[in-house]
Amino acid sequence: MAKYLLLKHYRGAPAAVNDVRMDQWTPEEISAHMQYMRDFAARLEGTGEFVDAQALAPEGTFVRYDGEGRPPVTDGPFAETKDLIAGWMVIDVDSYERAVELAGELSAAPGAGGKPIHEWLELRPFLTEPPTITE
Amino acid sequence: MNEALLRSLTPKVLGILVRRGADFAAAEDAVQDALVEAVRVWPADPPQDPKGWLVTVSWRRFLDAARADAARRRREDLVDEEPAPGPARAVDDTLQLYFLCAHPSLTPSSAVALTLRAVGGLTTRQIAQAYLVPEATMAQRISRAKRTVSGVRFDQPGDVATVLRVLYLVFNEGYSGDVDLAAEAIRLTRQLAAAIDHPEVAGLLALMLLHHARRATRTAPDGSLVPLAEQDRSRWDTTAIAEGVEILQAALARDRLGEFQAQAAIAALHADAPTAEETDWVQIVEWYDELARLTDSPVVRLNRAVAVGEADGPRAGLAALAALDDALPRHAAVTAYLHERDGDLTTAARLYAEAARRAPNLAERDHLTRQAARLNARRDR
Repeated sequence: MAKYLLLKHYRGAPAAVNDVRMDQWTPEEISAHMQYMRDFAARLEGTGEFVDAQALAPEGTFVRYDGEGRPPVTDGPFAETKDLIAGWMVIDVDSYERAVELAGELSAAPGAGGKPIHEWLELRPFLTEPPTITE
Repeated sequence: MNEALLRSLTPKVLGILVRRGADFAAAEDAVQDALVEAVRVWPADPPQDPKGWLVTVSWRRFLDAARADAARRRREDLVDEEPAPGPARAVDDTLQLYFLCAHPSLTPSSAVALTLRAVGGLTTRQIAQAYLVPEATMAQRISRAKRTVSGVRFDQPGDVATVLRVLYLVFNEGYSGDVDLAAEAIRLTRQLAAAIDHPEVAGLLALMLLHHARRATRTAPDGSLVPLAEQDRSRWDTTAIAEGVEILQAALARDRLGEFQAQAAIAALHADAPTAEETDWVQIVEWYDELARLTDSPVVRLNRAVAVGEADGPRAGLAALAALDDALPRHAAVTAYLHERDGDLTTAARLYAEAARRAPNLAERDHLTRQAARLNARRDR
């Protein structure tokens, strides 16, 4: 029982095999892709492994503290930011192997030409609660 | 109302329904409904015979659901043959339920969820909160688990070892959510120990009690970890320790050693030491040797190296570590500690920082980062 984050990148991941921007797909290919994502999440709910899925807007703002009594400083968005998160899915699975298997399936979502995108997904384990028994 | 008492009746009532011919999945749903009803009704109107009340209400729920199901499928068989609701059978099927819920065909997470619901009487929502997943996900996990075991014969003998692994997982999960999983694991193991006479069940119960006894001292008020050697031993729960030791001694006397008894023996030696300095590390090393013989787990050999380091000095501990794969969890942390004891603070600080990067949980990471920082600050002075 371990939770993993499946991270989808706009930028920052290695290039996918079927690397065509979504606005170059046909409308039907886009619909097929969305349907695949929905079906995947529904299937994980059915297996009792789904925790959360969210998508993020590509552009965000950087914010930092600017000292007592002053409003926070905002900056960006920066076009040159190397790593840009598109969204994530959180799964709760029995093993690392199962997490890899599911990430592989999600990466097979269809893209241009109806063919799998082979997109690189980043798999990150959650830090857990400390176990009760340690020695 | 005593919720623990109510929940302790869960497996007994469920067993009765299954013996009366209800299939396990439907009976389990019916018992859950009856538990919810009991929580609602009992405070104002407590029954004379709580178990009888639960059997009656859950059986009625089962029949209602079965009839609705049959009507929906335009079939009307079997369900109208209501057996005479005579006195509850003397036989207690609690043990069979433990076996079913820990059946080897289930994944560990499914077995845990099903055990907490069908044997523990927890609601799906409580289990979902404890494991930090959505309620819908937990509901699916449980209904899949029920489907998986639907073909298993209820009276088939099971394997105690699989049940113990499930209970160990529940205990070790820690303390998230509003359900105290450690306390629940102890309750379920106690109940199992009452249903079957087995030295390893006793061993696991002793192990849990001995660890639970130190619970209050394992974390500081700010949530940071307190290592065993620095815990305030005056705050250990002496009642739980005494009970754990007594249960363990009775189990060991039967001369059927198993891994949980050996682990409990190590925990008992720690609990027995008035101060960290007075710990009997030589005996602890001997128990780790037993444990390594029983399980051959690399984690055991890692912990053994720590004990060797305390018994025979840090060099001996490092020598014991040399044979182990350094990719093992906590390997870097153990190596760091032994190097610090050996006086090599530079290596220790570097390894503590590396261990922090590889720590699987936040509290451990923060603890190891602080160890590295402490040594770095001392060196820079």
